[in-house]
Amino acid sequence: MTDAISTLGGGRPVSVHTDDAAKARLKARYAAEMRFKWLGAGAVALAGFFLVLLLSTVVTQAWPALRMNYLMLPLDLSAAKVDPAKLDGFDFQGVINDALTAEFPDVTSRQDRRLLRGLISTGAGTFMRKDIAEDPGMLGKTVEYPVPLDDFADLYLKGLLADIGSDEAIATTVTPSGTTGDIELTFGDDGMLALARGHGATEGENGALTLTSGAASLLLALDGGTVKLTALAPGDNGTAVAKGLVIEALDSTAPAATGQAALRVIDTPESSRKISDKEIVWLDRLKSEGLTESRFNSIFFFTGASREPELAGVWGAVVGSFLTMIVTLAIAFPIGVSAAIYLEEFAPKNRLTTIIEVNINNLAAVPSIVFGLLGLAVFLNFFGLPRSAPVVGGMVLALMTLPIIIIASRASLRAVPPSIREAALGIGASKVQTVFHHVLPLAMPGIMTGTILGMAHALGETAPLLMIGMVAFIVDIPGGFTDPATILPVQIFMWADFPEPGFQQKTSAAILILLAFLVIMNAIAVILRKRFERRW
Amino acid sequence: MVGYLVFLLLGLAAAAYWIGRNRAIASVNGEVARLHSLPGQHAMFLALFTAGPALLAVIIWAMVTPGVESSIIADRFAAELSGMGVPQVEAFIRDARAIAFGGLVGFTDPAKEAAAAVYKSIHTTSLWIIWIVALVLAAGGFFWAYGRIAPAYRARHVVERILRAFLIACSVVAILTTIGIVLSLIFESLRFFQQVPFYKFLFGTHWSPQSAFTGAGTEAGAVNEDIFGAVPLFAGTLLITFIAMLVAAPIGLMAAIYLSDYASKSVRAVAKPVLEILAGIPTVVYGFFAALTVAPFFRGMGESLGLNVASESALAAGVVMGIMIIPFVSSLSDDVINAVPQSLRDGSAGLGATKSETIRKVVLPAALPGIVSAMLLAVSRAIGETMIVVMAAGLAANLTANPLEAVTTVTVQIVTLLVGDQEFDSAKTLAAFALGLVLFCITLALNIVALRVVQKYREQYD
Repeated sequence: MTDAISTLGGGRPVSVHTDDAAKARLKARYAAEMRFKWLGAGAVALAGFFLVLLLSTVVTQAWPALRMNYLMLPLDLSAAKVDPAKLDGFDFQGVINDALTAEFPDVTSRQDRRLLRGLISTGAGTFMRKDIAEDPGMLGKTVEYPVPLDDFADLYLKGLLADIGSDEAIATTVTPSGTTGDIELTFGDDGMLALARGHGATEGENGALTLTSGAASLLLALDGGTVKLTALAPGDNGTAVAKGLVIEALDSTAPAATGQAALRVIDTPESSRKISDKEIVWLDRLKSEGLTESRFNSIFFFTGASREPELAGVWGAVVGSFLTMIVTLAIAFPIGVSAAIYLEEFAPKNRLTTIIEVNINNLAAVPSIVFGLLGLAVFLNFFGLPRSAPVVGGMVLALMTLPIIIIASRASLRAVPPSIREAALGIGASKVQTVFHHVLPLAMPGIMTGTILGMAHALGETAPLLMIGMVAFIVDIPGGFTDPATILPVQIFMWADFPEPGFQQKTSAAILILLAFLVIMNAIAVILRKRFERRW
Repeated sequence: MVGYLVFLLLGLAAAAYWIGRNRAIASVNGEVARLHSLPGQHAMFLALFTAGPALLAVIIWAMVTPGVESSIIADRFAAELSGMGVPQVEAFIRDARAIAFGGLVGFTDPAKEAAAAVYKSIHTTSLWIIWIVALVLAAGGFFWAYGRIAPAYRARHVVERILRAFLIACSVVAILTTIGIVLSLIFESLRFFQQVPFYKFLFGTHWSPQSAFTGAGTEAGAVNEDIFGAVPLFAGTLLITFIAMLVAAPIGLMAAIYLSDYASKSVRAVAKPVLEILAGIPTVVYGFFAALTVAPFFRGMGESLGLNVASESALAAGVVMGIMIIPFVSSLSDDVINAVPQSLRDGSAGLGATKSETIRKVVLPAALPGIVSAMLLAVSRAIGETMIVVMAAGLAANLTANPLEAVTTVTVQIVTLLVGDQEFDSAKTLAAFALGLVLFCITLALNIVALRVVQKYREQYD
């Protein structure tokens, strides 16, 4: 001991546990402790961060898809235009197009008119036909009808297309030479030249600049109209002269004073944009006239699939998922609970039951896609059941959920104390009566919880259903268990593959709906557990 | 039509229950105590014998008829079908059925119309047969059982025996599923291996089955054996699984340690649900996240570092798969860590070890077998995962270990080979089953090993 303890000035004993080296060691150990703790906390925080990132990505993407822009056009449905006797083959799209062109009397060329018609969804006429069939009172007068816009027009109005430009006031005077067609504009100074150069204009001779379709678009708003600048050149006395194409007619050729004309610069060249300058100007005008209206997107919630992003809806997939889940529940619940009852209450300890038990545990870990292969080989090819049908999808998912339900039900049955069984047997109940009258009712909340969780798992499952053809493009809402159908996760998978940006939002919105269903199911499971949980 | 029959039988069963109950009570003039079995049991006995055999017959009929009908059609129209291959015959029968009962018809011709007419008449006949058979069985069962109801009759025993048989049958469904999986995979794989030798499949390094057929006119049997080498798929699967485990193993394990040993109650109340939500999110959502957010992110980051990252890189798919597996790893590890007896921790703390020292030097070594098996289960989960890789990993089978390149996996290939294909006997579609068999065997082996290890380990401390 003497070599371990020595005395220092103040009489305090110093040992290997208290000298400086020991203090350093202790410090290092505590530091290691802190590091380890923060590492753990970091891992948990990282998992939480991933969740927040995932959910926020989905929610921010999905949000715009919940609303959609409609065009409130006064449609002439008077008897002169629409014959109530011949509604079936009537071209409602034509009525809508006429109303739209009436809003833009100066759009005259065939090409521009086609572009203008493109602002409206190609399915608008179909919706109108449906609405008129429901409400024939619309006929015979001019009605204000919300017309769904095309997906790109809709995205533009929602501000989701990249680079839609910003307005800059012009710090000089501008004098236009005409009100329509190709005109010349004279600027009070040559500031415009530098600006155009900065936005990708092509240099020509004598300092002339041309704005090709590969350069940024410069849209000049003055005198109540809009001019697209096509070329610029230095003028006399430090002024600048521009050539421009009038997109929207000017009111007059009055010179605009300093600060009155506004220049809008759209940096993405027109050729690499999905929406042209003209469409942008038209949409802005429709918006400023209050003709566009953002409404709840009923198309998305209540229609079936479509190749047009603005017409695509989830209702068909929701119904398909619902039908599939009914089949899954109808098969998996009775079979799973019965199997659990047998294994837990009746089964003798022998080889067969051991095999069944091991087998169920392994089945729970088989990759879901293998169940899809089983469904394809057995249900479709061997039994010849229809492809893409909810009944087959439900059967495949039932086989997949079965182990989950069995395991949960067994745990729940095991939790019922033996005294209940003994009491029942003691007053003369048979084994079957004991189980069905006493044990099963007590275990039911746990079984229901397990079943709901299993169903939630099945609802989100995609891969096995791809195997049995539920990936087909189906427009109709399925009406029965053998109709071709698709389901919500598969719909998400299909939409995620489509290149149109409109589908990206729809995919996220569909994910949101799927997650909402899952949250509801899990909430029910939690409530069941909380409400009926019993500690023995 | 069959639906009505089923409803009718269920109605008959309800009626039989009521009749049986009354009959049992009447047989003892209301003195129920004199009955051996309760009136309800007699009633159930009668109901079961009324509807049971008939329902069984209907089920068997529903399973057998489609095949029988098709083979009758194929028989009668043997002359028309003689020149066709198997897929065409199947298409012919499918179209005939669609014409007869409504549905999507590919295209129609007189032979199909005739077949549809025959189909309709055969189906009508078989419907008649099943109605008559079911009603005869129901009547026979009812009268036989009705005659048996007597005070001394042991209806309870019969009912309970039937019930028990039903319970056993339900537990056997799980075994039947496994047998179905194994048989269908082996059967179809054998058909594949008849066309492509299995060593070329298992050890070949070139995979491009989509080029197996250049067009519809290609001779059947002319299968290029060298394009079914699955090694690139195995390598790709391993690469993505490795990346996933690189993310999931440390984060999942550390999260489990923190939650079980450090976290305060309030932190745990927040963190556990977070992990549960992460576990409950469907994989297709992760796939969307990977393809739309993570892959472009890695691509952009690679660009800014001067690296060429493929837009469907193994890295993006692997990382997102890792995120998906985090809750799986952490909940399994949590179980394992909690199973380490408190006495070991107390002993270590008593010797003056800090918490982290206890965990690193006592708890983790003690829990090691369990943690290893948790990791094995996680690996098996990652190997079998489909949607993330289908949406975020590539289709081209590159044999590479570079995580920045696009690789493909076994599950991706199964999906691409089978989705959209209706014909079912080409080497291309059969290859999917061979891949499925490999997948099934690997995951099964991993699971069995992992479960064994866990069991052994549990016994140690129980």
